[in-house]
Amino acid sequence: MTDWLHHLLILPILLPLAVAAVLIPIDERDRTLKGAIGFASTLVVFIVAMILMRLAAAGEGSLPGGGVYQLGNWPAPFGIVLVLDRLSALMLCLASGLALAAQVYSMARWHTAGHHFHSLFQLLVAGLNGAFLTGDLFNLFVFFEMMLAASYGLLLHGSGPLRVKAGLHYVAINLAASSLFLIGVSLIYGATGTLNMADLAAKLATLAPGTRQLVETGAAVLGVAFLVKAGMWPLSFWLPAAYAAATPPVAAVFAILTKVGIYVILRLHMLVFGTAAGASAGFGQDWLLTGGMLTIAFGTIGVLASQAMGRLAGYSVLVSSGTLLAAIGLGRPEMLAGALLYLVSSTLTIAAFFLLIELVERGRDAGADVLAVTMEAYGDFDEDEEEEEVGVAIPGTMAILGLCFCLCAILLSGLPPLSGFIAKFALLRGLFDVPEANQAIAISAADWTYVALLILSGLAAMIALNRVGIRTFWASIEGTIPRVVVIEITPVAVLLAACVFLSFQAGPAMRYMQATANDLLAPLAHSERVLSAPRAGGQ
Amino acid sequence: MELILSAGIGALAASGIYLLLRPRTYQVIIGLSLLSYAVNLFIFSMGRLRVNAPPVLEPGGVGDLLRYTDPVPQALVLTAIVIGFAMTALFLVVLLASRGFTGTDHVDGREPPRGD
Repeated sequence: MTDWLHHLLILPILLPLAVAAVLIPIDERDRTLKGAIGFASTLVVFIVAMILMRLAAAGEGSLPGGGVYQLGNWPAPFGIVLVLDRLSALMLCLASGLALAAQVYSMARWHTAGHHFHSLFQLLVAGLNGAFLTGDLFNLFVFFEMMLAASYGLLLHGSGPLRVKAGLHYVAINLAASSLFLIGVSLIYGATGTLNMADLAAKLATLAPGTRQLVETGAAVLGVAFLVKAGMWPLSFWLPAAYAAATPPVAAVFAILTKVGIYVILRLHMLVFGTAAGASAGFGQDWLLTGGMLTIAFGTIGVLASQAMGRLAGYSVLVSSGTLLAAIGLGRPEMLAGALLYLVSSTLTIAAFFLLIELVERGRDAGADVLAVTMEAYGDFDEDEEEEEVGVAIPGTMAILGLCFCLCAILLSGLPPLSGFIAKFALLRGLFDVPEANQAIAISAADWTYVALLILSGLAAMIALNRVGIRTFWASIEGTIPRVVVIEITPVAVLLAACVFLSFQAGPAMRYMQATANDLLAPLAHSERVLSAPRAGGQ
Repeated sequence: MELILSAGIGALAASGIYLLLRPRTYQVIIGLSLLSYAVNLFIFSMGRLRVNAPPVLEPGGVGDLLRYTDPVPQALVLTAIVIGFAMTALFLVVLLASRGFTGTDHVDGREPPRGD
């Protein structure tokens, strides 16, 4: 029984990988079958992720095998391990939930736009889950590349000059970033002789100053690779164009790709350069803080300046990344729980927003005006054709879309009462809530700048979304109501409902986040757990 | 040997980065390839440079570390080569698609206006 539970740890990687392979020989015309198999696979992964999160929430003791899965049954510093803790369980849940929503959405029409959509999608899920679970730096590279390779295919899904151009830039930048990743990893290996993150954390404090400098250099190079992914300011110019060019379900899962970069930075920062790192503690914090704040500023200006909703959403991704990076950079342990809640809430919101944009804009695409003129001249011959479309057209479509848009706007700008507000409030409370023991820490100028940026970015999102919303929902001159199928609006509604649920259940959610933050603040306990995990089958 | 290797890595990386920053897609792909060669050599050198030392145990031999070289970077470099090669092939496809759509090999999909 416990054996069986133990193997659940590797299922989120193995199952999508196997399903991706199974889907390839199935004929492209059986898209519904492919979609159904893919959906079932993602659903199983989501359920497994939920089970793992429940187990992780109860504490490490209740996790099968202590949350450590030894691939090839070699003990930790020698073999590769998968490590499950509260943070990785949370990310697994978030990623698979998001993938589930995007996949349902794609089955309405987008998966017909090109070949092998569902296989690529499963590979992306496998890569994402692997990146969250692995406890080894080079294995992280492999899963990262798997995720990126699938994301190249998905970004190009649907083809067309715009996507190919955005894809070209995206691939080139990520290949260059991968080179940096390899340089960083090998430098760290050359200096310390280990690739295991937990082992690295345990060893760092004992290194000679010269060697430690090499490790720090390696970590800095590695950090640049992740910051490209996370979209920190000078490294983020590719992001809005690529995300706006991607098909909506792909853009929705891409919302989590930036968070993978942030996850790895958070993980390595807290584990390797955490409290136990001796002289290296808090390495690179100032860079994260400055870069994060510049990213918020850049994203805010972008949000205000963008005309199209796709670009607006892309810049919102940057604001969200910047907020998290700066929160990590401030280095206040009290802010971590709030930052994690913000991560979940903003990812769900942005994904829902990406899905919603296409539904809203469907009524007002570039050819809409021309089509309206044609219809006037020749009578509305489209009527019969539209009746034949598969699926039920929702009555009051505009009302539902408007409501969803309204919720997105409230969540993105962080207004009460929804989770966007609660998360930002938790961040600010963590900033001002100086514990008794540390009265010496005054609220510095950097803190005030962060507060100002956080609030101003919310204001900018509000202004921009108001403008777009009024233009779309109230002032549409030619009232072509977009035809929306139930399975397209349901994922949007579910993602937003998850945010609403998060608002009502903010208490339990924050308790989980606080426990996660406490885990992150005890890096040596984590190392100890990974390194002392027993091998399967006794001995 | 150290000097030759580091000079080689440096030259490859420098020309790779220079080409990566050029505006033609063909230059970019050659730049990325050169950069990945430099990175592969760099990973290899992180296992320290040893001559006449095998990375695998000889049959029947004793596990004396002084006689062997570190096998881990060699395994890593193998993975990196495979992944880098696959990614370059994929980039080549995107490059050709872009050329087909836009009729130009400029990375922005259009020729820059000729200034005089």
